[in-house]
Amino acid sequence: MARMLIALTAGVLFGLGLTISEMINPAKVLAFLDVTGDWDPSLAIVMAGALLIAFPAYRAAMGRARPLLAERFDWPVARDVERRLLAGAMLFGVGWGLVGFCPGPAVASFAFGLAKSFVFVGAMAAGAMVARMLPAERSEPLPASA
Amino acid sequence: MESFTPIAALIGGLMIGSAAALLLWVNGRIAGVSGIAWNLIARPREDSGWRLAFLVGLVLGAVIYRLASGDTLVVTIEASWPVLTLGGVLVGFGTQLSGGCTSGHGVCGIARLSPRSVFATVMFMSTGMATVFVVRHLL
Repeated sequence: MARMLIALTAGVLFGLGLTISEMINPAKVLAFLDVTGDWDPSLAIVMAGALLIAFPAYRAAMGRARPLLAERFDWPVARDVERRLLAGAMLFGVGWGLVGFCPGPAVASFAFGLAKSFVFVGAMAAGAMVARMLPAERSEPLPASA
Repeated sequence: MESFTPIAALIGGLMIGSAAALLLWVNGRIAGVSGIAWNLIARPREDSGWRLAFLVGLVLGAVIYRLASGDTLVVTIEASWPVLTLGGVLVGFGTQLSGGCTSGHGVCGIARLSPRSVFATVMFMSTGMATVFVVRHLL
């Protein structure tokens, strides 16, 4: 129960941060990605602000045995920079550039009740489930020069 | 650069970082929205309570801001329906394939100095910029 409340609180903080910074607005995000147009660097400041807290917090947690209310830290296990990572990140980038939504802002934008938010999240979920059906082959790490 | 909003961006960023720190320090979990959402949908019986709570909170945070700010923020989604749908499929497929999005790779992964996350963030940022360049300035 306590962990659910913490997750809810973290979600609220995250949602507030996305709205205050206006990252929930695809037009604002596209203005960041449009480097040769009327560039709006706000998104870079958002990431810098987030890392200002997350970086030392993650460093400190990495030196600890366990979190406050759980048995262990659920650290990601993948290590290799492989083809899937490259292909996935690039496809994500294309979709992000086409619409201006990434997963967090798209879900948070439900608060604005726009039909396009729901369609976008439905399409995202469908795309993710298709990717999950791909065979879990062990892909080779990219050569260092790539 | 007339639309640059550095103060709001910094405050929002600090809140996002605090959310990631809270989830990690107390629950031991990574605040990556794509991972949280796709695991919730694919494995709804397994460890789903906190994931659902986080996503509900995400929407609730935006609702609270709307109410508190007197509805001044406008969300503009310019993409046409077909482009919106294609973009959604690509974002879902790509984040599942690469194991993270702007929050999981871009904030939490970089905070861990994970080579995978640094690489993924550079790739999706540059591909996103290239896509906008093609759509806005070439087509």
